Amino acid sequence: MATNQQSERSDAASSLPIIEPGHTLGSITDQISSIVLTRRTPRFWYVGVALSFVLVLVLFFCIAALITVGVGLFGIMIPVAWGFAIVNFVWWIGIGHAGTLISAILLLLRQKWRQSINRFAEAMTLFAVACAGLFPILHLGRPWFAYWLFPYPSTMAIQPQFRSPLVWDVFAVSTYFTVSLLFWFLGLIPDLATLRDRARGRVPRFIYGMLAMGWRGSAIHWHRYEMAYLLLAGLATPLVVSVHTVVSFDFAVALVPGWHSTIFPPYFVAGAIYSGFAMVLTIAIPLRKLYGLEDFITMRHLKNMGMVMLATGMIVAYGYLMETFMAWYSGDIFEKYMMMNRMFGPYGWMYWLLILFNILIPQALWFRGLHTNVRVLFAIAVSVNIGMWLERYVIVVVSLHRDFMPSAWGMYSGTIVDYAVLAGSIGLFVCLLFIFIRVLPMISIFEMRELVHEEETKSE
Amino acid sequence: MADAGSSINRISIYGLMGEFDSPETLLAAAQGAYAKGFRRMDAYSPFPIDGLAEAIGFHSSRVPFLVLIGGIIGCFSGFFLQYWASVIGYPINVGGRPLNSWPAFIPVAFEVTILLAALSAFFGVLVLNGLPMPYHPVFNVERFELASRNRFFLCIEAIDPRFDPKGAREFFETVGAQGIYEVDP
Repeated sequence: MATNQQSERSDAASSLPIIEPGHTLGSITDQISSIVLTRRTPRFWYVGVALSFVLVLVLFFCIAALITVGVGLFGIMIPVAWGFAIVNFVWWIGIGHAGTLISAILLLLRQKWRQSINRFAEAMTLFAVACAGLFPILHLGRPWFAYWLFPYPSTMAIQPQFRSPLVWDVFAVSTYFTVSLLFWFLGLIPDLATLRDRARGRVPRFIYGMLAMGWRGSAIHWHRYEMAYLLLAGLATPLVVSVHTVVSFDFAVALVPGWHSTIFPPYFVAGAIYSGFAMVLTIAIPLRKLYGLEDFITMRHLKNMGMVMLATGMIVAYGYLMETFMAWYSGDIFEKYMMMNRMFGPYGWMYWLLILFNILIPQALWFRGLHTNVRVLFAIAVSVNIGMWLERYVIVVVSLHRDFMPSAWGMYSGTIVDYAVLAGSIGLFVCLLFIFIRVLPMISIFEMRELVHEEETKSE
Repeated sequence: MADAGSSINRISIYGLMGEFDSPETLLAAAQGAYAKGFRRMDAYSPFPIDGLAEAIGFHSSRVPFLVLIGGIIGCFSGFFLQYWASVIGYPINVGGRPLNSWPAFIPVAFEVTILLAALSAFFGVLVLNGLPMPYHPVFNVERFELASRNRFFLCIEAIDPRFDPKGAREFFETVGAQGIYEVDP
């Protein structure tokens, strides 16, 4: 009886639609393109852009200050030479991973529910990686020499150290950004053609027309297009795994206790996907409400994303557990001290907050009543975003501040510039997202048409 | 005389276009046109339709081959970039370690492989599709703007050796086209 009920309940869950019934090819095209073309720009858009742009200005001010005064404006000092900048870098790049996961891995796994969330998740990836890329460059101290990171015909008789994970990082992150951009733009081309054909003003027609490059939906073009899209997905899948693996090498290859650990790559990748899905939910939930997109981004999407969060969150929890276990099992005095210091040292409260935000609160996702509740999901997503930032803080700062010799120990705290740059990067991210949803279709129109057609043929 | 008339038509129009209201009717029409012997034609749809490209006689897509080539070039050039810098161009002895420490070169070689493969996928599909193409005759048909919304089109081009305006029009009528348009060149 109990199992019967259970199977009925799981049937009910899987029958949650990925698109609400009653949509046609025309209605779906009109509804999504109208947000860009005809609907009045809502007031919250102006408010959102204005507020986030203030933060962007704060960011620009801080960058100017960092360039003129120097990197000493950050709170970094030996022994903690990697402060907020690296914490924020890892946090942002992790957030980016969900976009690629949704667009590439779920495409290869033929998960239809990805189709209404992939576009803005990919945009989120781009903007998050852009924010991430800012931090190591600012952290260089002399950002105008950032091109030294790349191999180029230089007269200085030196080339980048290719045995260093920091150089691998340059290649991984720049490749990741480029491939994400190509993938995103390739997906946009047919939708840009749709906007070109719907736009009534001369200027938007011209701009969308130039961007669509004369796309006309030819069968032969679609054939090559789908092949290229699939191949890009296949290429992006190992890429996304490699990017956070390389980021974890930045730490794992070093000898610092708390960094030098083989579990880092898988645990970083899981953490990246975890924080990325949390950010997608944080964006998707207000967006569908504000633009009335509940028909396209349904409860099914939110619930599935919650499930991915729960699964990756458990992997992250396993990572924490193994770190603790290995610290004890290694018998290494420095490893053992690192773990004791992480839990009960001066930054111990951060560790316990991280466990609360990242591990304990998300356990609510096990319960049906909670993971189908939009407000609860939103709260959990925000909690994970904070938790993952704390995790990187604990890894970067708490490991560095007491490594081997007590004489070399020290304390660290972020300065006002650290906090301002973090807030500014969030402002930049939000501002770019607002501009994106205003000028480009935030849901892939042609993929939604495919979905509508499939639903129609299924019901016939 | 009839011959002269058709040759004038060949110059004066790009082709004849039929409009359909569903992917199924378009697919059937495309198969019918191929069976009638038309070869120079193209179908237009607001989303990719399985089997449509094959129905109008298109089979091989060279995109995977381009991506493979791009990936191979990326892999070798990525590795050689590091090998040259570390062994030939700027050798630095770090604690007596081998100059060609190839395991450490794998991550960058991998990233460059992905980068060049992805670039060739993206630019490959654009070049093979002949994009960007600012002008194309099919856009002269006013209804064609619905090809990016909910309408499906088949265009038989005038350069097809079997094309004659009357025959093509009759063909579109038999397969149930909802509109038949002459496409200006």
